[in-house]
Amino acid sequence: MKLDLDPEYEAFRAEVSETLAKNRHLAPTSEDKGYKNARRIVWQKLLIGHGLAARTIPVAYGGYGGEPDILKARIIAEEFARTRTPGPMAGQGISMLVPTLLELGTEAQKRAYIRPTIEGEMIWCQGYSEPGAGSDLAALRTSAVEDGDHYVINGSKIWTSTARQADMIFCLVRTDPAAKKHEGITYITFPMSTPGIEVRPLVDMTGSANFNEVFFTNVRVPKSGVIAKPNVGWQVANATLTHERGMLGDPNATKARFLELVMLMKDESVNGQRLIDNPHLRDRLMKLQSEVYAMQANGLRITTSRLKGEPAGLAGLIVKLNGCDLNHEIARLAIDALGELGILYEDGEHLRADGSWQWRYMYDLGLIIGGGTAQIQKNIIAERGLNMPREPKLAKG
Amino acid sequence: MEFALSDDQRLLQDSLKGVLAGAASLEQVRRIAAGDTEASGALDTALADFGLASLLVSEDAGGLGLGLLDACLVQEVLGYHAAPSGFLANVLAVTALGTYPELLTRIAAGETKFGLAVTELTSRRDGAGVSLANGKLSGKSLLAMNIEGATHVLVADNDARLHVVEAIPDAVQMRTIDQTRAFHEVKFAGSRPVATLETCDRFLAVARLLIAADTLGAAQAMIDKAVAYAGDRQQFGRVIGSFQAVKHMCAEMAAKLEPGRALIWHAAHALDIGDPEGPVMANLAKSYMAEAGTFIARTSTEVHGGMGFTDLVGLHYWFKRIGVNRQLFGSPEQARETAAELQGLLA
Repeated sequence: MKLDLDPEYEAFRAEVSETLAKNRHLAPTSEDKGYKNARRIVWQKLLIGHGLAARTIPVAYGGYGGEPDILKARIIAEEFARTRTPGPMAGQGISMLVPTLLELGTEAQKRAYIRPTIEGEMIWCQGYSEPGAGSDLAALRTSAVEDGDHYVINGSKIWTSTARQADMIFCLVRTDPAAKKHEGITYITFPMSTPGIEVRPLVDMTGSANFNEVFFTNVRVPKSGVIAKPNVGWQVANATLTHERGMLGDPNATKARFLELVMLMKDESVNGQRLIDNPHLRDRLMKLQSEVYAMQANGLRITTSRLKGEPAGLAGLIVKLNGCDLNHEIARLAIDALGELGILYEDGEHLRADGSWQWRYMYDLGLIIGGGTAQIQKNIIAERGLNMPREPKLAKG
Repeated sequence: MEFALSDDQRLLQDSLKGVLAGAASLEQVRRIAAGDTEASGALDTALADFGLASLLVSEDAGGLGLGLLDACLVQEVLGYHAAPSGFLANVLAVTALGTYPELLTRIAAGETKFGLAVTELTSRRDGAGVSLANGKLSGKSLLAMNIEGATHVLVADNDARLHVVEAIPDAVQMRTIDQTRAFHEVKFAGSRPVATLETCDRFLAVARLLIAADTLGAAQAMIDKAVAYAGDRQQFGRVIGSFQAVKHMCAEMAAKLEPGRALIWHAAHALDIGDPEGPVMANLAKSYMAEAGTFIARTSTEVHGGMGFTDLVGLHYWFKRIGVNRQLFGSPEQARETAAELQGLLA
């Protein structure tokens, strides 16, 4: 057990901290909203230039070209959080498509897509779920029929975030309807401007349209957009789903939210008493803190496993389930602590934190369901973590 | 950075498990609970031969000089086997007696065994409480631990000071739900302390952390038993572990337990290296494991169905171990209040 870092890494931390301090004035502010915002793109390029974003992506594709180093990646994330500096861009293009291309893309695909994606000039959306294929993703039915050097795509996708802003989509389509359900799927990329694509915003309980439905009617796309080869899309997609699960439930993000909650309870008073001086609320706060600390320590365990190249086992499998639930509970306590004023939303004189606690309480419930529902997570924990029997296969009716 | 157990630490756990597989088998635990002194004597001897008494004592006082993380790993294995032992009292005595090398040497040699009468540090009621006047202790303490066979008792007074008394006080057994471990009401009528120490945040933090580690082990045992039972028991022509209703119960138990393990490691390591956040983490660990343990004790019993409720499978020994641990050294609510206080969150 050793939690302190070698001097090399402490020096690296100092270097990161100095870079952030020196350039902080160039960071985007809350005014700089939306995709392709000029200030955000400048900031992203600056971060890449200093190795604080796209760190391990080769220089040839627009990255920094650093060696993979889990501890350095961790230090960078900690320094952004500690100094409250806006971090690198995220999104499904950067976090899911780029790793997939690096692993399985052709040289031409890597050269065409990676640089603009990591620099924030090319926005992607992910076409996976369908109305009839949610938890059972491999049941997807959107079809792609060969027509010379093109495919003609028909069908629809749902839960497609950023579909309205996206330049490109990476999508799972069925290319061999006769094959077993996992074996006839192809992973393909194409421009969202292709004729025949219709995007309908899907308004959710938060009141905004964080997701969309996407409809394809005779959409002709070149075969050159296929990643790897036809009919192995399920394996290609699984490579990226691992990246998504890692993103949901990040304990450092949870800790940051918890600290905001502590601040709220120290700053707000009701009936002349600070919220934190209410013993019921304080007890709930401490209970959440024990969970936040436990998930953080669990994260240290996962980091060590990754450093050693060993599987993280149960410690890894529980992150999405526990982390998303904990975020939701933190928002719930914030709302309860605010009491009657906790129900305010969107705008108004008495609104606290721009209504973000209610927004998070609802949005985090979406994340408990999205990215693999809590129930699917429990199946995975039981089957892969505890070696319990798999679901018996239902006879085909 | 390495947040993992060392090979030595894994070996320590594995070899202790080997010892307890015999000396604290379910059959032996049943005998101990029924008051069979031969069985409890055999377990005591096995643990003494293993060298538990000297683990935490510094090397210059004749011990092995291991840390609290190692102590937690030992306590976890004891909890896993529902094995009663004086280890927790031993570790607390060693923690408190840093400035009394001659006592530490005798502890390491197994000549001195400590009992604990410190319940009133967290809860004083029913006329209990011990006070010091003219160099003599008087009063009584409830739910004192490890009194039988102890040569010394560590006793807390009403001003939160700790005293070491040699004379074994007047003791009456108090029955709890957990009959594997003995608890006593002890009376002090003029005992003269051989040593007096100020308590500090660390003492209670160590006590609570060790109890959390004990619950970790007991809860892990209950999960292992539930998964094994669910993989064996058949209903509707299938093993019940293939039903999602049962699988999800097991997954929920594992998801609650696993972060607790990491929190205990982190808290123990923080206390070992003198990180000022150590006592906060230890109190949070006590709270976390009390809540997770309670959930697992109930859920594992339910996975076992009617059998879980019977004496036949003996699952109740772990259920009761966890239930008692939840209250020892303060309820989870008290541990959370201490954590808040240590962070300066109280007005």
